[in-house]
Amino acid sequence: MSGTLRTARWGRYSLRWHPRALAVVAVCTVLALAVAVVAVGSGEYPLPPADVLRTIAGQGHPADAFVVNDVRLPRVVTGLLVGAALGTAGALFQSLTRNPLGSPDVLGFTQGAATGALAVIVLAGGSSLALAGGAALGGLLTGALIYALAWRQGVHGYRLVLIGIGVMAVLTGVNGYLLTRAQITEAGRAVLWLTGSLDGRGWDSALPLLAVLVALLPLALGGGRALRLLEMGDDAAAALGVRVERLRLTLLAAAVLLTAAAAAAAGPVSFVALTAPQLARRLTRAPGANLLPSLCVGAALLVGADLLAQHAVTGRVLPVGVVTGLVGGAYLVWLLATERRAGRI
Amino acid sequence: MGGPPTTGRLHGEGLTLAYDQRVIAAGLDVAVPDGSFTVIVGPNACGKSTLLRALARMLRPRAGHVLLDGHDLHTRPAKQVARTLGLLPQSSIAPDGITVADLVARGRYPHQGLLRQWSRDDERIVAESMAATGVAALADRFVDELSGGQRQRVWIAMAIAQRTPILLLDEPTTYLDIQHQIDVLDLCAELHEEQGRTLVAVLHDLNHAARYATHLIALREGRIVAEGAPGDIVTAALVEEVFGLRCQVIDDPETGTPLVVPAARRRTAV
Repeated sequence: MSGTLRTARWGRYSLRWHPRALAVVAVCTVLALAVAVVAVGSGEYPLPPADVLRTIAGQGHPADAFVVNDVRLPRVVTGLLVGAALGTAGALFQSLTRNPLGSPDVLGFTQGAATGALAVIVLAGGSSLALAGGAALGGLLTGALIYALAWRQGVHGYRLVLIGIGVMAVLTGVNGYLLTRAQITEAGRAVLWLTGSLDGRGWDSALPLLAVLVALLPLALGGGRALRLLEMGDDAAAALGVRVERLRLTLLAAAVLLTAAAAAAAGPVSFVALTAPQLARRLTRAPGANLLPSLCVGAALLVGADLLAQHAVTGRVLPVGVVTGLVGGAYLVWLLATERRAGRI
Repeated sequence: MGGPPTTGRLHGEGLTLAYDQRVIAAGLDVAVPDGSFTVIVGPNACGKSTLLRALARMLRPRAGHVLLDGHDLHTRPAKQVARTLGLLPQSSIAPDGITVADLVARGRYPHQGLLRQWSRDDERIVAESMAATGVAALADRFVDELSGGQRQRVWIAMAIAQRTPILLLDEPTTYLDIQHQIDVLDLCAELHEEQGRTLVAVLHDLNHAARYATHLIALREGRIVAEGAPGDIVTAALVEEVFGLRCQVIDDPETGTPLVVPAARRRTAV
């Protein structure tokens, strides 16, 4: 059969997939898990990967069990989940806005989460649980605000991006103001949170995010087939039987929730949502939103960046957001430079 | 005036069409005769594309209903409607890095499901659609590499792969060179004659409309001024009424259909 897709059939049932995309998913999953095992094994009390796996399976030395299962594993699992959530959310946003810059960082959702978290830190001096709640609420409210402002007989990509940028500018100002109001200790805590960090993340960070992912991923992936059609334009998709506005609202809501949950768990880790889908798209060379590949690339990217952040500078642990910011920022510049050359922007 | 159309599977009753506060048409009744190649013509901003969008359920009427087989379009499941009624929009975006075969395959979406993603029927119909539109040889090419005329054939192939008995086309010849315009219209005529589909198109060029349509709807300021076979309704008086253009109508030497020849400048200057 012509085309680049492969098919499997059993009687009335059939599945169709892009072989390269499947390979990217497999390789990135293995990579993310391998990096995760290495990350769990590294630190002041190093463990070989075999011991890490044995300990996770409950067969290890009791002394290792505390370090692995209670200290390092929740951090790494949080990293995997944050990467997966941001990768998926970024792919959804970029596809829905038909714009490679349509990521939650650029659209202001991340700043909204930061505003929520800062408000909790500065105004209430709240616990880390309250902080996570504030971040999630801030992200969701910003999402609702941008959607309401951008809605005019349906929501269109460009308007969403431009309004998002405007809202982001306002929120950046608000965040700056909140920081000036903060006491010095609070300000330190706020700045660390704003960079995006996995330090000290326990199961109480990982599990809520896992619940959000389990609830939303089937919805997002199920909408993936219709989302591909939406990239051809609203009319083309509607003519093929896609309920355009309902699909867009559902998937936008899912993307906002994923972003907010990720920010609640690790702070506004920058540029993963922007970079992962672009990287995935270039690896798979497949049209469409590439949701599952973006998820896997995002997870691999985040645990990789966190491993780098912990060991790049000896004697000093960097927040993961510093590494993703440096790598992602450089990537963004490269993307803009090459897209411009191709005459696309 | 041509006789009133026979009962059609697709018709609109009492349509009031509007964007925001701007009313384009009010209380419009329109019927698409089954098996016809209906073409909607009229001057810019007469509401012809708006009417087509309403018939294609892209625009919800402010009042009135568009009925397909007796049911309001907007109350039926979207995928079910998409198996009967197809649309070639005025402009669609070809996704980056998609091949012709994969794009045409997307036309099968309303016939597919989560566990029925690519049946043997899908495969056969996509191959037939590419053959019918003459793009089978391009199957593995990337859509962004094609010329404008080839690309339009690919979009038409996608629309006919949807296998709908009724197909709506919104200005399918826009942005094409004259030879590709005729090429696309010949292809539409073939789809109409050989596959027995009902086609509804909006066309800018009155002469193209008069040559290809079996049923013509002339629209002005949201009202139907005349409808019927082009040979029956296209007269100098009608063209002047609808377009405000003085002209002669002669027989097309190729087809015998009406041919509109605009009046020369020195005569209009009187």
